[in-house]
Amino acid sequence: MDVLPGVDPRAPLLEVTDLHVEFRTQYGVAKAVNGANFWLSPGETLAILGESGCGKSVTAQAIMGILDSPPGFITKGEVRYRGIDLLTLPEEQRRKVRANRIAMIFQDALSALNPVYTVGFQLAEVFRIHRGMSRGDAKKKAVELLDQVKIPAAKARVSDYPHQFSGGMRQRVMIAMALALDPEVLIADEPTTALDVTVQAQIMGLLAELQQQRNMGLILITHDMGVVADVADRISVMYAGKVVEEAAVYDIYSRPAHPYTRALLESIPRLDMKGQQLNVIRGLPPALTDVPRGCAFNPRCRYAKDPCRQDPAPPAYAVAPHRTARCHFFREVLGD
Amino acid sequence: MFRYIVRRLLQMVLTFFGATFVVFALMFANQDDPLQALAGERPITESQRQALTERYHLDEPFIAQYWHYMKGMLTGDFGQSLTGRQIGDMLEAAWPVTFRLALLAAVIAAVIAIVAGVASAIRRGGTFDNVTLVFTLILLSMPIVVIAPLAQLLFGIQLGWFPPTSGADPSMWALLLPALVLASSVFATQLRVTRTSVAENLRADYVRTAKAKGLAFRRVISVHVLRNSLIPVITLIGVDLGNLMAGAIVTEGVFNIPGVGFNLARGIRTEDGPLVVGFVSALVIIFLIVNLLVDLLYAALDPRIRYE
Repeated sequence: MDVLPGVDPRAPLLEVTDLHVEFRTQYGVAKAVNGANFWLSPGETLAILGESGCGKSVTAQAIMGILDSPPGFITKGEVRYRGIDLLTLPEEQRRKVRANRIAMIFQDALSALNPVYTVGFQLAEVFRIHRGMSRGDAKKKAVELLDQVKIPAAKARVSDYPHQFSGGMRQRVMIAMALALDPEVLIADEPTTALDVTVQAQIMGLLAELQQQRNMGLILITHDMGVVADVADRISVMYAGKVVEEAAVYDIYSRPAHPYTRALLESIPRLDMKGQQLNVIRGLPPALTDVPRGCAFNPRCRYAKDPCRQDPAPPAYAVAPHRTARCHFFREVLGD
Repeated sequence: MFRYIVRRLLQMVLTFFGATFVVFALMFANQDDPLQALAGERPITESQRQALTERYHLDEPFIAQYWHYMKGMLTGDFGQSLTGRQIGDMLEAAWPVTFRLALLAAVIAAVIAIVAGVASAIRRGGTFDNVTLVFTLILLSMPIVVIAPLAQLLFGIQLGWFPPTSGADPSMWALLLPALVLASSVFATQLRVTRTSVAENLRADYVRTAKAKGLAFRRVISVHVLRNSLIPVITLIGVDLGNLMAGAIVTEGVFNIPGVGFNLARGIRTEDGPLVVGFVSALVIIFLIVNLLVDLLYAALDPRIRYE
């Protein structure tokens, strides 16, 4: 593999600092990401958790450099891969980072795969473009990959089209495609949302297995608290484009430090609460063109007091080592 | 794929008989006196009437007449025109000219439409996009009766870049100006459809995947977006090609090209029934073949169609 100039093997695998992304549309500027911070180590799973529209997918696309621009613009921040700021790399080098170092899988594999090419073609393409392999060799590698993601009769299925696969099998194809070049970071954007529950478990199991084999860093973007609890090491909770809480998975589930995280946990249906009313979060997430002053969550927060409604927004308080929360009253939240 | 082709061929046979039946019925059977219609305004003598009645089996029931006509046509005998020429021979002379003209026009239109359509879709709202929008609107609003003589006057006579008329057995060069005129009548729509289709596909999820795979933008467009976007465009090009083949009545008339449209126009003007029916029947066949080819191409482009 061609060496990227400036790669520092001792630097963190992936580090996102103060990332800002906005969408400039004719209806105004939507601030989709307002200072996202997180890091990722090899072999680790970081879950980015949040409601639809909180900026988690946009963050992922900004890391990959596949944001539609216009309308999307990265206005501030750094995305460092082994010490290199990807945002300042020229497009030609950036392109080589994709799939080679950082790969991504998407939510709906049916629309994410090109309907008019065989899965074999789409897999082999990665090898042909990045490794300069011949059609024949690339095809062999494609079969190997399908085998690795446990698609039965890989040799025959390699010449099938995406619509001939079931939902779970299609997501396996996506995973095979993302892992083709042994990337060090895999970003999975809601990889199981479009699948039914039993298939979800299979796919998450497969991802975990492949991650362990390769000591790969995994960023799992999801709104599914159940999936997160099973596989994540650490969690970043996002709200209105900000990481409002970052902590190890156990800490979050046992003692959340941000009211939003707490509300999310309370909104999970539980068997021991049968017959009682579910604690849903009142109100709607803010429109990104008009984020509330101060803490963006304050209109929906039961801990909110005057300081929360005024700028500046709460900073990332260090709750414990490697644990932050953007809430002025995190101690109260922790204490409850 | 095999079943798809067989099904399409069966549909084609059905359409062929249906269409020729309608044409035949309109031309011969649905009138008070088919022979008078055949001869137009001229009076018919009793002996002519008898001869014609016999030739067209007019004393037999309508279905039998149709049967006789089809039998002749399927064995290559299109009958005679009222001027006494073999319609088969006339088709043979007219057809290659129209074929060349239509193909030339279709290729010019498709190439310009697809290239310009893709370019304006990539830079939507840019200068090029806006210029093509205005240009295609102007073209769309100008009927060919205006464009053809205008082009002939401007480029054929005043500037003298092209021969103003073609005459018998025209060269490719002589056909270029009429082909451009014909192309202008179909290319605007093709361009708009290409632009919309490409713009839509650029937003598709699979494009994001292709980018995430680290493909260069050029490859994303030319390999991934283009093939998906061309599916609706191909259908349109096919219909246009059929229409172009069906004879550019106005264009062939203006540039004096002895093709299908030219003959058809003359047949209609002189109320030459057998000539019109013969030419239209041949056109039906051409149209069906072109449409079959388009459908096959469609299936080749989109694998989802093959297995339905």
